[in-house]
Amino acid sequence: MTDLTSLTLAEARKGLADKTFTSLELTDAHLSAIEAARVLNAFVMETPDRARDMAKAVDEKIAKGEGGPLAGIPLGIKDLFATKGVRTTACSKILGNFVPTYESTVTSQLWRDGAVMLGKLNNDEFAMGSSNETSCFGPVGNPWRRDGSNTTLVPGGSSGGSASAVAALLCMGATATDTGGSIRQPAAFTATVGIKPTYGRCSRWGIVAFASSLDQAGPIARSVRDAAMLLRSMAGHDPKDTTSVDIPVPDYEAAIGKSVKGMKIGIPREYRLDGMPAEIEKLWSEGAAWLKAAGAELVEVSLPHTKYALPAYYIVAPAEASSNLARYDGVRYGLREPAKNIIELYENTRASGFGAEVKRRVMIGTYVLSAGYYDAYYLRAQKVRTLIKKDFEDCFAKGVDAILTPATPSAAFGIGEKGGADPVEMYLNDIFTVTVNMAGLPGIAVPAGKDAQGLPLGLQLIGRPFDEETLFSLGEVIEQAAGRFTPARWW
Amino acid sequence: MSVDAVTVRRIAHLARIAVSEDEVPHLQGELNAMLAFVEQLSEVNVEGVEPMTSVTPMQMKKRQDVVDDGEIADDIVANAPATEGHFFLVPKVVE
Repeated sequence: MTDLTSLTLAEARKGLADKTFTSLELTDAHLSAIEAARVLNAFVMETPDRARDMAKAVDEKIAKGEGGPLAGIPLGIKDLFATKGVRTTACSKILGNFVPTYESTVTSQLWRDGAVMLGKLNNDEFAMGSSNETSCFGPVGNPWRRDGSNTTLVPGGSSGGSASAVAALLCMGATATDTGGSIRQPAAFTATVGIKPTYGRCSRWGIVAFASSLDQAGPIARSVRDAAMLLRSMAGHDPKDTTSVDIPVPDYEAAIGKSVKGMKIGIPREYRLDGMPAEIEKLWSEGAAWLKAAGAELVEVSLPHTKYALPAYYIVAPAEASSNLARYDGVRYGLREPAKNIIELYENTRASGFGAEVKRRVMIGTYVLSAGYYDAYYLRAQKVRTLIKKDFEDCFAKGVDAILTPATPSAAFGIGEKGGADPVEMYLNDIFTVTVNMAGLPGIAVPAGKDAQGLPLGLQLIGRPFDEETLFSLGEVIEQAAGRFTPARWW
Repeated sequence: MSVDAVTVRRIAHLARIAVSEDEVPHLQGELNAMLAFVEQLSEVNVEGVEPMTSVTPMQMKKRQDVVDDGEIADDIVANAPATEGHFFLVPKVVE
């Protein structure tokens, strides 16, 4: 039998349906792969017993012909999703040994459709980071290395564990979340496919909150088709999230292979940065050429407020985070440090429970919301956000179907290489992705090539609200042209 | 705009994060780096622009005014660091 971990989700679905192998065999193959890859630190909790129980139960259902759309498929779950009875920490010390008594809506839909949980995946603490280095469980290794080098690189973040595990064939797909680029940037760094759907497409209920007006869940997978299959199960209306949208979820897989002939693809001139590596520039032109060859029409577009998206984000996101993270008080759950009075209890608990990046963002958020500064910072940033969204609306009003950009300004970098002296250096990773969150739009990152050192690079497609299908159709064109990329195993 | 050491200590207190004296200079530098970065927003003309209040144009949904959950006190206190019965324990608040 071929190695079961190297199958795509779509191939595994067929193998399970044809009874070539069982979910238990598929699950065991992945559990062994996880064990052999502990050096990557992608999983912060392995749940082998639960995985085998789920697999056995779903095998019985498959035998009776009752398997759902993801029946028997082993997945990894970002540790930001509450999983009933399984420790959920957001990779923060402050949540300690928090064991949810409830299940997030997104994961419950995956189990409803027959998926199997292998364990919980590493991420930046509270999803605040672009390299997975802020996790209280330590950094994650990228399965990709520079040619001829044995330096361990970051997998990107905040969904670094998800991206690393999917790229290293430890799970067939993973849940992830994206507030400023946390699905798309790690996908680009690991040659995986990641989609952040339109704001409101997936329920946020049961996902540890970072910045509620920006957070969205989405999948990281090994192919565009696999991502489409996963998103279909993850998406959908949930009365428990007031921002979740009550519109039907299309069969995203049906969009794969659909013709893109006549589609208008915008190339935004503001994404052409000064000093952008020639490799990124080349990749971008190549991507445009592939879409053109498939019959799409390329048009230059302008998104004039692009450069203000990242600074506006670094007001809006910390402001919302400072409010959301007020709940970690040492009283109701998680860590508690001893203190003489209640204020000290809060202060000591939060000082020892939060890591440096989280403290920094909570403090900046507190400052921009404090009396006398609200108008100058927060209100102004929300106005700039309106302008950023209008840029996209103007562009789509001219008949543009999707926008093509690079996913990241560089390939993966080494652990400890960035952001040591100036936090802004790390923040610049999200320069191409953050606009999409600010405007609530869907965006997909698809592997498109490698740099001179052999590291993967990705392209991003940005779509109209709730038009993820167009992104899957276009993403498939890029995948067909660029091919798929698998790292050489060193772990 | 930039923050001084006094402001850093005030923000830390507002955020309920204990900060030791030797952490202040470092935090001050980092916060000022972030504030310098967002400074460029002041060059945007936002005259007459409405601040964004909702990412997707939608009517705010309202829940039915009915009890549809509850009787889960055991679940609520299950993860608390200190409890007595169904109560959270905290240091004395009222003298």
